[in-house]
Amino acid sequence: MNATPTPASVAETKQALAEANYLADESAALVSFLAQRLGKPVLVEGPAGVGKTELAKALARASGRELIRLQCYEGLDEAKALYEWNYRKQLLRIQAGGEAGWEEVHDDIFDKEFLLERPLMQAIASSEPVVLLIDEIDKTDQEFEAMLLELLSDFQITIPELGQVSATTMPIVVLTSNNSRELTEALKRRCLYLWLDYPEMEREMEIVHLHAPELPEALARRLVEVIRMVRALDLKKPPSIAESIDWARTLLLMGAEDIDRETFEQSMSIIVKHRTDIDLVAERVGVKLSGAPTQTPS
Amino acid sequence: MSPQATSPYGPRADTGPPGMTAKLLRFCEELRGEGVAVGTSEILDAFAALEQVPWTSQEDFREALAATLVKSQEDRRLFELLFERWFFRTTEAEAIERGIGEEGQRHEGGERLDIDELREQIRQAIVEGNDGEMRDLARLAIAAFGRQGEGSGVVGVDVQRIRRTLGLSTGAQQAPDGDGGELPPIEREDLSRFERHLRRELERKLIERTSTLPPSRPLAELDRALPTSPTQDLAAVHRAVSQMKRRLATLGQEQRGRRKGQAVDVRRTMRSSLQTGGVPLYLRYRPKRPRRPEIYVLCDVSTSVTSASVFFLSVLHALHDSFRKLRSFVFIERISEVTEIFEHERDFREIAKRISGEGGVADVSGYTDYGRVWLEFLTEISDDLDPRSTVIVLGDARTNGREPHADVFAQVSERAGRLFWLNPEPKLYWNYGDSVMAAYERYCDGAFECWTTRHLENFVNVVAGGVPAGE
Repeated sequence: MNATPTPASVAETKQALAEANYLADESAALVSFLAQRLGKPVLVEGPAGVGKTELAKALARASGRELIRLQCYEGLDEAKALYEWNYRKQLLRIQAGGEAGWEEVHDDIFDKEFLLERPLMQAIASSEPVVLLIDEIDKTDQEFEAMLLELLSDFQITIPELGQVSATTMPIVVLTSNNSRELTEALKRRCLYLWLDYPEMEREMEIVHLHAPELPEALARRLVEVIRMVRALDLKKPPSIAESIDWARTLLLMGAEDIDRETFEQSMSIIVKHRTDIDLVAERVGVKLSGAPTQTPS
Repeated sequence: MSPQATSPYGPRADTGPPGMTAKLLRFCEELRGEGVAVGTSEILDAFAALEQVPWTSQEDFREALAATLVKSQEDRRLFELLFERWFFRTTEAEAIERGIGEEGQRHEGGERLDIDELREQIRQAIVEGNDGEMRDLARLAIAAFGRQGEGSGVVGVDVQRIRRTLGLSTGAQQAPDGDGGELPPIEREDLSRFERHLRRELERKLIERTSTLPPSRPLAELDRALPTSPTQDLAAVHRAVSQMKRRLATLGQEQRGRRKGQAVDVRRTMRSSLQTGGVPLYLRYRPKRPRRPEIYVLCDVSTSVTSASVFFLSVLHALHDSFRKLRSFVFIERISEVTEIFEHERDFREIAKRISGEGGVADVSGYTDYGRVWLEFLTEISDDLDPRSTVIVLGDARTNGREPHADVFAQVSERAGRLFWLNPEPKLYWNYGDSVMAAYERYCDGAFECWTTRHLENFVNVVAGGVPAGE
């Protein structure tokens, strides 16, 4: 893959992201631009499903870089994130060495050849510039966060047996967080901060249009209006952009021409995913739509 | 980027980078003053970022500063407020100093423009959400409005008068020329954006006229306060509680060290030793099951805590969302369990209604009887209480002169692993009048004043062994 040079202006970044099928708003475009120019990691926060992960993917597509993804979870440790020694290969090497003395072998088995590279290591060691996505960093423990600090500020990893491995090319690092816990100040300090929120009406329409181009304009507007109505309710899980898109596609499959009460009740489960939420939405939004109900709402 | 570049707020002929640096630093000082943690590294980042974006675009300039200086959504809100104020004020101050007025430079067109045409243009700009256009049109509107000689001199009043004269309101409207076409509806937020422009331009004119700046108010007065209506509060309470969940669950584990008290899992150790040629190089341990906190919440709903009980109920509501094993009780004179209601009802208002209606609160006299509550709680629950359980009491400890039965409370405290008390009154009022907080406090693992989400967060912090957040 040929990496394109860093963009010259914010508008250019926005354009490139749009070509990669991601409609960035002003702040997202600017932060992506700064991330590439300053070589600083970006911390993206926001509610679930507003396109945090997608932003990283789009950045990779837009800049023609490879995407390396590290999905975080509770209990993720260095062996799975950074590197691990390949015991089996090391054992084989020792056995194959046969009569060779320990002196000879012990330098040999701690060589790059016996290193299993995990995502973070891959991103650092890659000869091509990459995009590194550290997804849902808030799911990990604080210790793991501390371990990331060296990586994020200096783009280097220290392996006791080998010494420091420094990045040859500057990766674009994107960290996402759902804000389920407060991240440490030290980590935040090293990052550019971007808050992604539910988009404004017009932008959401554009996004829906981009992903479901066959959907008629009027229907798309109606869809976004209804989604916004649903979001305004106090729900356990308000519908995200991804769900708007899913719903648009569903409506296309159903061949719906307008969102009336019947269509809404049939396809509501696409956007609302909690039993209690479904009741609430049917009660508050369903009745506002025209058309007779298909069944008596539970 | 030449030093001649115009700043976002109009011409700034010869204040080049040196002046800008000082201004930015003072802006950072201002942010710090409002409690945003801006470190030196953030400031350096901000300057690095500003080298990359054109300063002529206000949007880019602001976003670049925001991305580097501000690291949370809450701080971002403060930043927006301060940014508006700070850069508006510094530009104006400088303009006065240099005697620069914007009058007579732009928008002389106000004389010729017809009100209807203006209305159309403004509506267009609002619907499109074009900020620059809105700003220019706001000036035109003010110019047109000023001609009619109706200015009251009070900015807020004028904003509303201009808005009404222009016939702008939210929602769809019939076109005034009567061709039956419907104009695109105006969103509330867009309209208020236009109003902000109006306000700003009016303020600017006022400053130009009087050549003085109004005194700067501390931000706290503006709108830093937390939203106070219960439904809005709900989200904040939920956030604090979900943090509490995490912290209660992992409480006291991280300090103990990882390996202590762990049992070796022989099966998994043997299995993984195959990797190393049958030599068990690495021991595998039995995973530690996180302890499931069992929580008992007792909530006072008597009249003496009326103002706080909405808040308490929303805390309960949020707790129920986060904890599987939670039993909640409300009490006035006697105690009654409301776990069921919270588990089956989602709507907060409905819950409040059902609790006051059928909660079965034995409300004979309407006066809280803490002593009796402890006795009842102990008989009902004592078998279930064990060192793993946490009891949280939400109440003001005002017994109305009845026997407090602190000894029974001590028994509860002894059986439960932890016991916390959240009191809706300021510490100053504790033990004053019929409050017997002191009698109970010594059996609690912690007693906290708590009537805002901020206090709640503080409680969460202390419980988690952290430093109490500053007030």
